[in-house]
Formats: sequence, structure tokens, C-alpha cells
Amino acid sequence: MSDVVEKTLTALPSLLLSVDSQPGSAKLSTSSKLGSLIRNITELTSKHEEEKLIQRELSSIKDQVSSPNTTMRQMKELMVRAIYCEMLGYDSSFTYIHAIKLAQQGSVLEKRVGYLAVSLFLNEHHELLLLLVNTVLKDLQSTNLIEVCMALTVVSQIFPKDMIPAILPLVEEKLNHPKEIIRRKAVLALYKFHLIAPNQVQHIHNKFRKALCDKDPGVMGASLHIYLHLIQENPEGYKDLTTSFVTILKQVVGGKLPMDFNYHSVPAPWIQIQLLQILSLLGKNDPGTSEIMHEILEESLRRAEMNHNITYAILYECVKCIYTIHPKSDLLEKAAKCIGNFVLSSKINLKYLGLKALTYVVQQDPKLALQHQMTIIECLEHPDLIIKRETLEILFRITNAQNVTVIVEKMLTFLSTSEDDHTTIDLVGKVAELAKKYAPDNEWFIQTMNAVFSLGGETMQPDITNSFLKLLSEGFDSVEEDRKLKVFAVNSYVSLLEGEPEKLPQRFLQVISWVLGEFSHLQQDVGAETVVCLLDKLLHMKNSTSETKTWVLMAMTKVCEGAACAPLVQSVCETYSSSLDTVLRQRAQELQHLSRDPALRARVLPPVCTREPLEVDSSLSFLDEFVSEALAAGAAPYKPSHQRQEELAQTKAVSYEPYQLTLPISTTAHTHTPSLLSISSSLSEGSADLSHKGGSSSLKLEGVKRVWGRGGYEAAQVETPSPPQEGGDPSISHTPPLTSEDTESKQQEQQLASSMFLGLDHSSVTLMGKGDSTPSWLKRKERGQTPLNDAQTFTDPQELTDPSPLHVVSPQFPQSPVIANGTSDTEAALALACLDTNRSSTNQLEDRGLSLYLPAELSGLICSEISVLCSSESLELSACHVHKLRSLEMIVFISNSSDNAVQQIQVQLHSEQLEVSCASESQMEEVKGHSVVVRQYSLRVRKPSVHVELIGTLFHPETPQNVQFTYRLPLSSFIRPLTLSTEEYGTMWLSFSNDTKQNLTLVHSENEGPLRATLNVLTEDLHLHVVEIIGMEAIVACRLLQDQPCLMHCRVHGDALAVWLRSPVPELPDCLIYHCQRALQGH
Amino acid sequence: MIRAILIFNNHGKPRLSKFYEHYTEDTEQQIIRETFHLVSKRDENVCNFLEGGMLIGGSDYKLIYRHYATLYFVFCVDSSESELGILDLIQVFVETLDKCFENVCELDLIFHVDKVHNILAEMVMGGMVLETNMNEIIMQVDAQNKMEKSETFIFQSTRQDR
Repeated sequence: MSDVVEKTLTALPSLLLSVDSQPGSAKLSTSSKLGSLIRNITELTSKHEEEKLIQRELSSIKDQVSSPNTTMRQMKELMVRAIYCEMLGYDSSFTYIHAIKLAQQGSVLEKRVGYLAVSLFLNEHHELLLLLVNTVLKDLQSTNLIEVCMALTVVSQIFPKDMIPAILPLVEEKLNHPKEIIRRKAVLALYKFHLIAPNQVQHIHNKFRKALCDKDPGVMGASLHIYLHLIQENPEGYKDLTTSFVTILKQVVGGKLPMDFNYHSVPAPWIQIQLLQILSLLGKNDPGTSEIMHEILEESLRRAEMNHNITYAILYECVKCIYTIHPKSDLLEKAAKCIGNFVLSSKINLKYLGLKALTYVVQQDPKLALQHQMTIIECLEHPDLIIKRETLEILFRITNAQNVTVIVEKMLTFLSTSEDDHTTIDLVGKVAELAKKYAPDNEWFIQTMNAVFSLGGETMQPDITNSFLKLLSEGFDSVEEDRKLKVFAVNSYVSLLEGEPEKLPQRFLQVISWVLGEFSHLQQDVGAETVVCLLDKLLHMKNSTSETKTWVLMAMTKVCEGAACAPLVQSVCETYSSSLDTVLRQRAQELQHLSRDPALRARVLPPVCTREPLEVDSSLSFLDEFVSEALAAGAAPYKPSHQRQEELAQTKAVSYEPYQLTLPISTTAHTHTPSLLSISSSLSEGSADLSHKGGSSSLKLEGVKRVWGRGGYEAAQVETPSPPQEGGDPSISHTPPLTSEDTESKQQEQQLASSMFLGLDHSSVTLMGKGDSTPSWLKRKERGQTPLNDAQTFTDPQELTDPSPLHVVSPQFPQSPVIANGTSDTEAALALACLDTNRSSTNQLEDRGLSLYLPAELSGLICSEISVLCSSESLELSACHVHKLRSLEMIVFISNSSDNAVQQIQVQLHSEQLEVSCASESQMEEVKGHSVVVRQYSLRVRKPSVHVELIGTLFHPETPQNVQFTYRLPLSSFIRPLTLSTEEYGTMWLSFSNDTKQNLTLVHSENEGPLRATLNVLTEDLHLHVVEIIGMEAIVACRLLQDQPCLMHCRVHGDALAVWLRSPVPELPDCLIYHCQRALQGH
Repeated sequence: MIRAILIFNNHGKPRLSKFYEHYTEDTEQQIIRETFHLVSKRDENVCNFLEGGMLIGGSDYKLIYRHYATLYFVFCVDSSESELGILDLIQVFVETLDKCFENVCELDLIFHVDKVHNILAEMVMGGMVLETNMNEIIMQVDAQNKMEKSETFIFQSTRQDR
């Protein structure tokens, strides 16, 4: 198809030329046309006029582009005009095809405009882009370097993913081009390919290394983009390059690059910045690697002392790097001084970056915040909102139980002036988090949350309301405290509703109605009728949404009691029983029936004190009689909703859409007779399962449900360690409320500082710890997740330099062990094969002495190297994996090197990609002195990816912290041969839908043909089964444990092996291709 | 990575927009409007960085801008880019424009959209910084412009000999 179009397009210019050469064809002075267009636009006053003008312009462009008289030169001008219109936001899609045409046929200059228009108009997924592929191919091969440059530029901007293989060899070739600019662009184009289709460029990673060593610094600089990305993904894989990067940085810093890389006499600053970013990724949590870079970091800090913007950019990167890598005390000191220079700078940009750096380091080094406390206070009053926000971010990170009130107050003040949605959402979440974590007392908590709800409005994250309601309903262990909290909430809400409820956001009103419904009875001073009156007011408000009204009606149902409410309730019911909103109608019906029948109400909504755990009959068996009667009377039998959906889909004639809303209510198949019974059943069902509740997806009642849930009123089961600490620290209470008035009394600021930075200085670290051990507020929910909570975070830099006792290593297996004969069918054969090869890792096992502990039934099977996972005091965890025919077993060795036995050791493994099952049942292990305990896990792939990762935790009773480790293994460990006949292969091939095609390099061998040699390598490394070889083609099969087949079709095509993989699992072909490439690379 | 480069004037009229990531036509216009809205209300004596426009990608992204006379130059970048580095890149860009157009003004950008794009393409390629040396950029752009005049053009670069 594209060929045909291509041909027509090539035929066009001759036509055009012949017409154009005729006399009389009007010469259009288009450049003046653009001029007049712009003049006209600037004269316009309204958006509407502009629209009309542009539409006129576009239609004239449309006429001209499609006219055969238009020359390429005119076309170029037209394109520029179209680009202009498109930039203003008007659709000019009719020019797209002409842009491609221009890129294809124009002379160099016209081509450039064509390419430009294409890259501005189209996106990677646009179908017209296919027409560009041939042009790009042609230009890549052109002898004109400018054309090559243009093609590379357009390729790095937009190129269809599927067509990458077509141009990949050409782009690769450009890496060896004599001109540096071409090499540089080729590197970036390949980087782009890596971003959109990493599997396709897997094989050229070596060439990236070559680019890094290129004699031209420009090309080297371009390759840094790639490395930054690759190292971000997998820092472990590139540790060996650390010395290279350090050497490069040394040369750059030392001024060894040519002069034209200097910028304001700073040598190649952008390259320096990138190198520093790379180094910080490499040195993170790795003392060894960090060691290598200490010297150059110091040098960088020292050298970059001139006063230009760009040197500050380098310094900032340097500081970040120093704080990211394994710490070294004197470097940290220098970096801290550097941050000081930033923060104190009069230049606002530097101040901002200084604050950002502080935010970054403040968790490691809270003393630094203390040093700059006065600057931070000043920045809080800074006119620039961005500076203010960053300051709040720092404060957020240093918040603890002692300074929370001051900091939250600052945040709320900022929130009340903020107009930006993004900032509001972000900050509201932070305030809610702090309030939950550190609230000193009930009143403060409720008031803060009120502020959060009022300021957060509708944009707030829904989980804030949910977790608030949950917290409130679960409450405290102590009955008295619990009551106090709830009563306080009720009081504050009643007064809010008595004020101006119109101004409150809907979400807040919903929270209020729920709380009043649940807890208003706890407050004796407020009668039920007052509450109902207040709630009724909400119903009459103009801006109440129907969702809010639903909440209100439900609250009324819970509250209405006594004769005083009856008339009001009655009128509410009348209004809403005829509402168009079915959910509202449902609620109104419930309200009506329950308010009339106190006995029923007492049963459905029992008062809290007598509330027993609800027994929910989810099968609704009490309705059986009713249903059978209805059936006998001729009613249609009940069908589950999905079945009805299917039937609806089959009979497309009538749209049943409107009825779907009521479906969840009618689960008992008799909504047409809304008897009392049906309502109560839907009620009880509603409380049993929230998702059915009223069928309204809009009701997010997660918090509500808790109390009414299966376990009944759940507060009884909540264990709160201690009642909330009243008052907190006395010093907070007489903190002066900081006014933003212009009386800049230093004293006031000092006072603010002392309250804000409370608990941060070194001497108070222990005090902080104490503060934490008396958890003021539901601390148990956050423990372990928030580093701030942990007193250990507040170590000073001296302590950080000490090698931490917990040393975590994450092992990696670049190469899986190999067997000679992958086609073997039984485990015995596999075992034999394993013994045959001297590449088996048994030798290495012997070295560690751990292999002796391998379970007997696994001996002789293929086994990976045993690697150390982590160690904690005297314990060491090692692991390896053993290939069984039907499973992959992971063996974890827990060895104890001390004399004493260690008890209650627990190892937990989990992974998103794998299913882990443990052979032994006991969770706890006891490891005697100088002995080893072996645990065996079976692994199965849940979600294939190139490498799969297990995350494990070692729970050790003697150390307070759990030790985390990761274990990474290639997917190829899970691949087993699949024995098939050619016929079976044929039928399976047709039934699989996910496929991938790719060219692999052939392996050449003296003894065999290239196909056989390549297949041998693949079967050896990856345990594939060769089904049949026919001439230059071969079919190969394998399976991913347990039974997920993948079929492979190989054909020798020139110098490459064209493989085509199919599998029912979408990710499998891509992953397998990757491992095939790796296997062939190794040869 | 650089996500987008926008130039608009004091009234929010776009003068150049280049997106290195795919957005729909409408989103692009919205991004331009939102960015203008954010940038234009900032004073002259505040910092040149902004965070978290909703559309361009939330908290991971930042806007780095400079204001020259009638024009705003805005780079939308992700968190991996250095703020001050980009700020100087804008400076390089503007200086280059100034050299190419000899005292660049808003009108130059309007009438030579294609030229400005070409200069930009020599600096930033597919969202990655390609070249930061002004002379080198001008050299490349000139080399292409000369094509107009002579077909037998010899490719030149100052860095040829390295």
C-alpha cells in the first residue's frame, strides 16, 4: 500500500513542473501573504474575528495545496503558514499529507520545511507517518550530510515504533561516521529508540560504550543521556563504568576539553552536570563505588567557585551527589557550607535551589535546617509563592509531635491564599497527614481537619475524607476519650451548620452529615430535632448536589427519633419520594418507613451501646419464601446482573440503559412491590456489602462502612496503645500566633523559630524519641512507613559515616548456568547434562560450603551460584535457585556464625511478578550457633518480565530493624523445553495472538551451518526444544513454568536470523527475544 | 528530558511551541494557556522556576522561564534536568537568535517561525540537549542556509579537525 502511494507521489512533480512551466500560472507572493495575515490578526479585537479570519486563511491554503499548479517553493511557504495556524490552535490536518510530500520531493531547503512541518503536525502513532519511512531511509543514505542530519533529527522526534528495524542498521552505521555532528545525532536517535522500544536496541549496548569513548567530547556528551537513563533503570549493571565516568569528569574539570566547550569560561558545564547526576546514581548505597568518586567531588566543589549562574548549577548537582552517595564527613561539611551559600544568597534563584537542597538533605541532617532557621522563617514571608511553598516543604519534613501546631498553622495560612489547584491538593494532603500523625489533642485535630475540608474543597484526594471517617469511627480504646473526640466533632459541626453552611464544600457537608448521623446522640445537649432541622437546611441549599443530599437523608434516617422530628421528616420524605434521582428516592423511602416504625428502626439501626456484631445473611435466605411465592405467581426468575447484561447485549433492539441504575436494589427481583420487607432487606444487604449500597457508585462510604460492617461496631476491637497526650509540650501553648503584620520584630521571629524547630537540635534527639514512644495519636498506623517518625533518621553526619552494621547486597545473575542438552526430557537427563558440563557452578558452591546443605533431592540439578543476600549481626542470608523440570526452587540458607542460637527468625518473600510458595509450614526458625538452616521456596511466574525480582524481609528479634533484601533472577531460569510434534506446533501457532519479530545475529561455527550453530547456542542457554529443522528454517518451542507455551519460528535471512515468536502471554515473546539476544551476545 | 518549549508574548499569543511528547491538539493549547497564566502573573523579582502545572505532568515537572522584553521563553522539563542549566540554555538560545536575526525582536519570530525551529533543532533534539555552544549552532544553521544559494556546498564545522 505504501509503495503505491510512494509511486504516485513520485509521479507528481513531473506533472507539477509541466503545469508550472506554462505561462500565465499566477506567481503568488506568499511571504507577503503571511505578513498580511499576521497584520490582519494583530488588528483584530475579538477571538471570534480571529477565528473567522483563520478559517478563511485555511480554506485558501487548502485550495492552493491541492491545486496542481503549486510549485514546491510555494508549497514551502504554504507550510509555514499552516504551521502558524496550527500553532494558534486551528486544525490544518489537510496539509499533513502535503508536508510529507514536501519532505520527500523538495530540494534540501524545502525538504527541511517539510520535515519540520511533519514533526510539528504528526505524532508517533499517526498513520500517515508510515509514508515518511521511505523518505527517511533515502535521506539516511544520502551523500548530502545535511539531508542525513535532517533525517536523524526527524527520527529522534517522531518515528513509528514498528518501523524501527527498517532503519536501525542505517542509524547504527552512522555511529562510525567521520563527522562528529552525525555521530552525535545518531547517538541521540538511538537513545530515542531505546526509550520507545528498548528490546530492539538491546544488541547495540556495546556501541553505546564506544560512543562514550568517542574522541569527540560532543559525542561523549550525547551518550551521557543514554547512560543517565540506563543507570537510572539498573544501577547495578554499570558499576564497572564508575571509574570511566570519574576519569571523564576529571578531564572536564581539569579543563582538558577544547576551548569551544567552555561556557563563560567554565569547562563544559552541561556535561559536568550530567556526569554528576550519573555518579550520584552509581554511588547511592554503595560505599565502594562512592569511595572512587570522593576525590573528584571535592575537586569539583573547589573548582566551581566563580560567580556565574552555571557554576552554581554544577555546585548544586555536586551537593546533591554528595548527599546521595555513601556519606563522607568532610565532604558533607563542605556541601553543607555550600548549601548555606545558596540559602543566604541574595539571588532569588539560588535561594530557591538552596531551599530545595535543604529539603533534600533535611531528613539526613536536620541540624542543617536548624542552622538556617532564621532564613527559613524569612522565606516563609517571602513574596514569591514558589519560595514559600518550598519552605513549607522543608517544614513538612522536619515536623514532629512538638512543632506540629506551628507548622500546620503556617501551612493553613498559605493554603488560604493559594489559588493553584495543584498546590492546594498537595498541601491539603500533607496537612491531613501531619494532623493524623502528630495531633496533640482532640480539639486541635478536629479543627485542623475542618480547615482541611473547607480549604481542600472538591479537589481534595478522596482518601483524606475516608481515612478521617475511619479514624473517627474506630476511635480510641478508652471509652471516655473516644466519647470526648466524637462529642467534640459533633459540637463543632453543629456550630458550623448553624453558621453559613452554604460556604462549605460538598465533600465537607457529606462528612458532617455522616458524623452527625452517627454520633449526634452522644451529645445530650443537642436534641434529635435540632440535628434534623440543621440537616434539613442542607437539603434546601441551592448548591447541594444530589450526592450530598443522599448523605443527608441517610443521616436523617439514623437520627430521627421522637415525635418532634416527625412533621419535618414527613415533608422531606414527600419531597424526595418523587425525586427523579433513584438513589435519593430510595433513601427517602427508607427514611419514611423507618421513621414510622420505631421497632423496625431499632432493629435495623440499633443504638450504639446495645449494638451487637451484625450477623449478615448474605444469601438472603429469609427471603426464600417470598421468592418462591413470587415465582409461583408467575414472576420471572432472578438472573445475576452480568447475565442480564449479556442478554441485553444480544438483543440490541431496545436500550435498557435507564434501568441499569436500579439493578443493585432489585436484587430480590421484586422492586415493583416496594414492601417493607424489600426495603429492610436492601438495607441489611447494603450494610453487608458497600458496593451494593443503593447502587450508587457515587457514594464513597468506605469510612461509614467500618462501623456497620461484618464485625459489628468495630471500635471494640481497636487497640489504641494509650490515650492522647493532652497539652503536648507546654512551650507550644504560649507560642505567639505569628501575625503577618509588618512589625518585623526579631524577637517574634526568634520565638517562632524556637517553636518551629523544636525537637530538631542534637540534644533533643532523645527527647524526640521519648515523644514518639508516647504515641500521641494513633501512631501505630504509620509506624514503619514514615521515616520522619523514626528517631533514627535524625542522626548527625558523623554517625552516618560509620559503616552501618546492616549491610545489604542485592545479587544479580547476568548469566544463568548452562546445560549441554536442552532437549532432554526428564529430570534425570537434565541432571546428567548438568554433570556433563564443566560450566556447572557446583565448584563455586563447594567454595562457600553451603552447597552441602542443599536438600538431597535437588543435588545434581542445575543450580545457580550461591550469593549473599544480606547479613545482620551474626546472621547471614544466602540464596541460590535450582532448576527442576517442573518448577524453579529457591533455596535460602540462614547461617549463624555466633556461638548462641538465634530464635524466631522469620524470612518473608514477596514479589509482584512471582508466586512464592514455601515448602515448610513453620514461619519461625531457630538457628543454632554455627549452623545453617535451609528454607526452600517454589517460584512461579505470575507476570513475565525480562528479569524478575523478589523482595524479602528478614525479621530478627534481636535487632529492632528488619533487614530488606532483593533477589533478582532472569526470566530464562523459568524457561523449560516443550516437546511437540510439528502438527501440534502448527495448530498452536495459529491459535496464539501475541507475536514479535526480530532479527538476531547468526553464530558462525566451523563444524555446523550457521542455523544449527545458532540454535545450539540458544537451546543450550535457554533450554528450548527444537521441533524440526527444514532447510534454512527451524521451529522451536519452549514453555514458561508452569504451562505457558511460546513458539519460535526461525529463518536464515542473509546475515541474520529472522525469528518470529508467538505466545498466548503478551509479555513473553519480548522477554524471550531479550534473552536470545543476550545468549547470542555471549558467543 | 525537556517536554516542551514554548515562546509567547506578554499577551499570551504563542510565538513558538514545540512539544517533545505527544499531546492532543486541545491539550497543547490548554498547556500554552495554563503556562501563560502561571508565568504572566509572576513579578519580575521572583525566581525563574515554577512547579507543578497540572497538565504537563504534575509534581514531577517544572517550568523554567525567562522574560525578555515582550516575550516569555518557557521550558517544561522533568525532574532530571538541572534548573540553572536550563536557565542558561535559554540564555544561549536567545543569544543565538539575537545573532542570527541581528537584534532579534518578536516580529522575527513571527515571520521566520521555520528558521527559529531550525535553530532550536540544533540545540535540542528529541527533548535532549544536543549542543550548547552558540558558535557551533550558528555554524550548523548557516551551513544549511547556504544550501539555498549553492548546490555544491562543502560541509564545514569548526570541530572538523578533532
